[in-house]
Amino acid sequence: MSTALEVPKLLTKATKQIIGTRGALIFVKALGGISYGELVEIEVDGDTRLGQVIDVGKDVAVIQIFGTSLGITPGKTVIKFRGETLRIPVSTDMLGRIFDGLARPIDGGPPIVPEDYLDIHGAPLNPSIRIPPSEFIETGISVIDGMLTLVRGQKLPIFSGSGLPHNRIAMQIVRQAAVKGTGEKFAVVFGAVGVTHEEAMYFLRELRSMGALDRTIAFIAPASAPTVEKLALPRTALTAAEFLAWRYDMHVLTILTDMTNYCEALKEISAAREEVPGRRGYPGYMYTDLATMYERAGRVADKKGSMTIMPILTMPDDDITHPIPDLTGYITEGQIVLSRDLWRKGIYPPVDVFLSLSRLMKEGIGPRKTREDHREVFSQLFAAYSEGSYLRELATIVGIESLTARDKKYLEFADQFERLFINQGEYERRDIDTTLDIAWEILSILPEEELTQIRPETIKKYHPAYRGKHK
Amino acid sequence: MSSRIGRIYRIAGPLVVAVDIPNPVMYEVVYVGREGLIGEVIAVRGDKVYIQVYEETTGLTVGEKVEATGKPLSAELGPGLIGSIYDGLQRPEKEIAKQLNDIFIRRGVKLPGLDRSRKWYFRRERGVKVGDKVGPGDIVGYVDETPLIVHRIMIPPNVRGELKWIADDGDYTVDTTIAIVSEGTHEYNVKLYHVWPIRMPRPYEEKLSPVEPLVTGIRVIDHVFPIAKGGKAAVPGGFGTGKTVLLQELTKWSHADIAIYVGCGERGNEMSDALTSFLKLMDVRRGRPMMERSVFIANTSNMPVAARETSVFLGMTIAEYFRDMGYDVIIVADSTSRWAEAMREISGRMEEMPGEEGFPAYLASRLAEFYERAGRVKTLGRPERIGSVTVFGAVSPPGGDFSEPVVRGTVRYVQSFYALDYSLATRRHFPAINWLTSYSLYVDFVKEYWDKLVDEKWSKYRATMLRILQREAELSDIVRLVGPEALPEEDKLVLEIARIIREGFLQQSALDPVDAYSPPEKGLIMMEAIMEFYRKAYEAISKGVPVSKIRELKSRHMLFRLKFYTLDELKKVMNEFLNILDQEFREVIKV
Repeated sequence: MSTALEVPKLLTKATKQIIGTRGALIFVKALGGISYGELVEIEVDGDTRLGQVIDVGKDVAVIQIFGTSLGITPGKTVIKFRGETLRIPVSTDMLGRIFDGLARPIDGGPPIVPEDYLDIHGAPLNPSIRIPPSEFIETGISVIDGMLTLVRGQKLPIFSGSGLPHNRIAMQIVRQAAVKGTGEKFAVVFGAVGVTHEEAMYFLRELRSMGALDRTIAFIAPASAPTVEKLALPRTALTAAEFLAWRYDMHVLTILTDMTNYCEALKEISAAREEVPGRRGYPGYMYTDLATMYERAGRVADKKGSMTIMPILTMPDDDITHPIPDLTGYITEGQIVLSRDLWRKGIYPPVDVFLSLSRLMKEGIGPRKTREDHREVFSQLFAAYSEGSYLRELATIVGIESLTARDKKYLEFADQFERLFINQGEYERRDIDTTLDIAWEILSILPEEELTQIRPETIKKYHPAYRGKHK
Repeated sequence: MSSRIGRIYRIAGPLVVAVDIPNPVMYEVVYVGREGLIGEVIAVRGDKVYIQVYEETTGLTVGEKVEATGKPLSAELGPGLIGSIYDGLQRPEKEIAKQLNDIFIRRGVKLPGLDRSRKWYFRRERGVKVGDKVGPGDIVGYVDETPLIVHRIMIPPNVRGELKWIADDGDYTVDTTIAIVSEGTHEYNVKLYHVWPIRMPRPYEEKLSPVEPLVTGIRVIDHVFPIAKGGKAAVPGGFGTGKTVLLQELTKWSHADIAIYVGCGERGNEMSDALTSFLKLMDVRRGRPMMERSVFIANTSNMPVAARETSVFLGMTIAEYFRDMGYDVIIVADSTSRWAEAMREISGRMEEMPGEEGFPAYLASRLAEFYERAGRVKTLGRPERIGSVTVFGAVSPPGGDFSEPVVRGTVRYVQSFYALDYSLATRRHFPAINWLTSYSLYVDFVKEYWDKLVDEKWSKYRATMLRILQREAELSDIVRLVGPEALPEEDKLVLEIARIIREGFLQQSALDPVDAYSPPEKGLIMMEAIMEFYRKAYEAISKGVPVSKIRELKSRHMLFRLKFYTLDELKKVMNEFLNILDQEFREVIKV
């Protein structure tokens, strides 16, 4: 085992009296003075595993083990109580490095020199000193910047499905994300929970090959990692992110993928503890559990830094009413939903504009933030794409011939919107001006009188028909 | 009560079990562990006392002390409530930030709900004199708490006797004695504040019928599914249906004297958005910042779960306190589902027999305890006055499924039901209140009030509008099969009018500076305009004019724009509209 977590500390108590085990849980005869949430060390054949006290009574203590219960022998295995809660070492040296779910380096590099040790559970931000997020983050992806604008301090998840390119989108955002017009300190914290070996390799390769590594901290707990490490990983990542954001005034974007794996781990532990399940077997406190992580996003008065969180999850069966996306949607400020239909059509990133939403967008766009025409262009794109999609459906029933010339323009618009605006290269970075200019190109397919959401003076200034004349 | 101390026996998340507490009392407050974390006794089984702890329990150790106070969890009620932001235990969050100099909330902080150092100018009530018999609710003086709110200082509910002494006008802190009341040998010091247990409803003289509408400034509520002062309403809706926006709009625009916003297990950024906008936005009727009539309780989703329950009861207690002064109070709880989930978590840890979906069997009765505290009452004390508490509870059903236990439990206790609809929200129809599944049982109560305003037209218009919308729903199935063109002209007109009602009347933009608040008279004028148009159009099609002709009329287009006029503008536009309407229909019928 690597050394990052080993704070020299007198071990207070030890026992061999294991009463039983169940999955990742060990039940031991309680000693006096055990604390709730305390860290324990379990020694099995010379190997030290970590665990945490999750229930303690006068007779029994329940320990959740960060690792496998393989080889644990009642009466023989020694369990030592460390008298402290789970904390991870943090340092700005972590930038550019790759760690596991407990912040131990896995990139072959040396251990970091900690500046501090922090409890991974963090503490709730005081609601009275939060300030409403309003600064635009440019991801360089048109459909996100244009239609689902992300702002600093927001928590905006990607709802995906198995086989959809959410990981590639995530990596594109890591490569490209920047805040417009600033030389401010920006960092990305990347957390991968329960990903497959292939995915983990993909992330490692991408992170190494992109120049962005020096402003990124990566945490990876592969699918084969112990259940409890998967539970710890998002919190570990967020703790490192908070350290950078609040201690070093950095603007931190935390990407967590795939949170469905996290929720499955939560369900597994809950079942092992024989808790009364809520919907579809997930524990009743899953909302609160997810909220304690996602609510770590925000902006605070008197602090320069910010915490932005983008969790990625795959919807089981593409079902948005499944408890995982459902509860997530109740917590986050909107969602970016990927569509299998668009993906089949060859559109990347396949974002379903109708199901997606950024609740904080209205605060983050407009003059001095993105561009003065953004709000109107957005409304117009949405309205026109909506009309185009409706007509597309209608055309399948009544036939394209019975549509009017105007309707056909809308069909063309909807196609071009998907092909030119939503669709873009995986390595293509479009700044907001480019994004909005593309939008204008497509809008100019429609007759000018159809642009009812845009004020005439804005049309005069930005519509390609007029722009050409000025130049 | 002498100090009674026990020991921690078991710790499981927010639940702590203690032993050796002599004579434990249900719902008494206990201080748990060395840091004195605040908890409440929620069950006693044999020698074991079950405690729900309102703060993070990590680090607590078996064997640490538990100190019982014998007192129930109570709120401090007095000047200083308005404009405050409290957590679920009434700790002032702004003060916490200042004192700790930290952006986080740490546990174990103890701060009183009301600032002890701040002085308030107290004016005594001239009609009350030394030697008078005084009783619960009698007003003995006033404090101008904010430019909008006069805080009436009352004799607390459990005090009566002879007024021995009363302070002169002057500046006093909340815990200075400002009057002495004696009964026999017992003397009671009346201060600017008193405490009241949050789980106990405050007493009143008599509950009255909810006959007066609470104007909310939201058309679909005021004119279609009205709410009465003292009413109870539920707002269920899946995520993204605009629940929080609707509740915030209600808090902002309702014609209530005091607004209490309980953010219980919801988003921190939304809370901060609400706080910022309440500081900026002006009260429509009195032109002062809304904050000067509001109290916030912010227990966001990442704060301790057990405190969600105390948040809603704390909010309700503060609401009742202002009601007792004779004010109309609105309280909004977002979201009761998160509170229910907290109950489920605690219940599970206590190993109680679960009801549906793991919720405890007492879920419904706990919901009832909350909603039943709403109402319009004749208060205790002199002078006689009437106050009300109107409650709006948000429900966040998983998957937007209204058959789940919290929605079903809530429906039994509310009189107005505003069902937010996902498909309306994706079509960007806001507020996404579904007109087919929502209802209000206050219609008959408040009918008289509206009809008096506009000579009986309100209930007639309302009925016609609902009938048209209902007919539209029936027709939409047919349209899907045969297309709209196959319908008879009369039905085509119904679809047309239904669209005008939906887009021109029901839809209301919270972002538009004019449309966000719709004064009641404005809604009435709009109803009248639409109904007038319908009457003319109906007459026209019976004379053979096709609906396609009617669709091209200027007056029709005007109906979609009415909401963007202020009331004064609208009055002028209405005359113009009626003229155009007359002229246009005369022409189409002639042709």
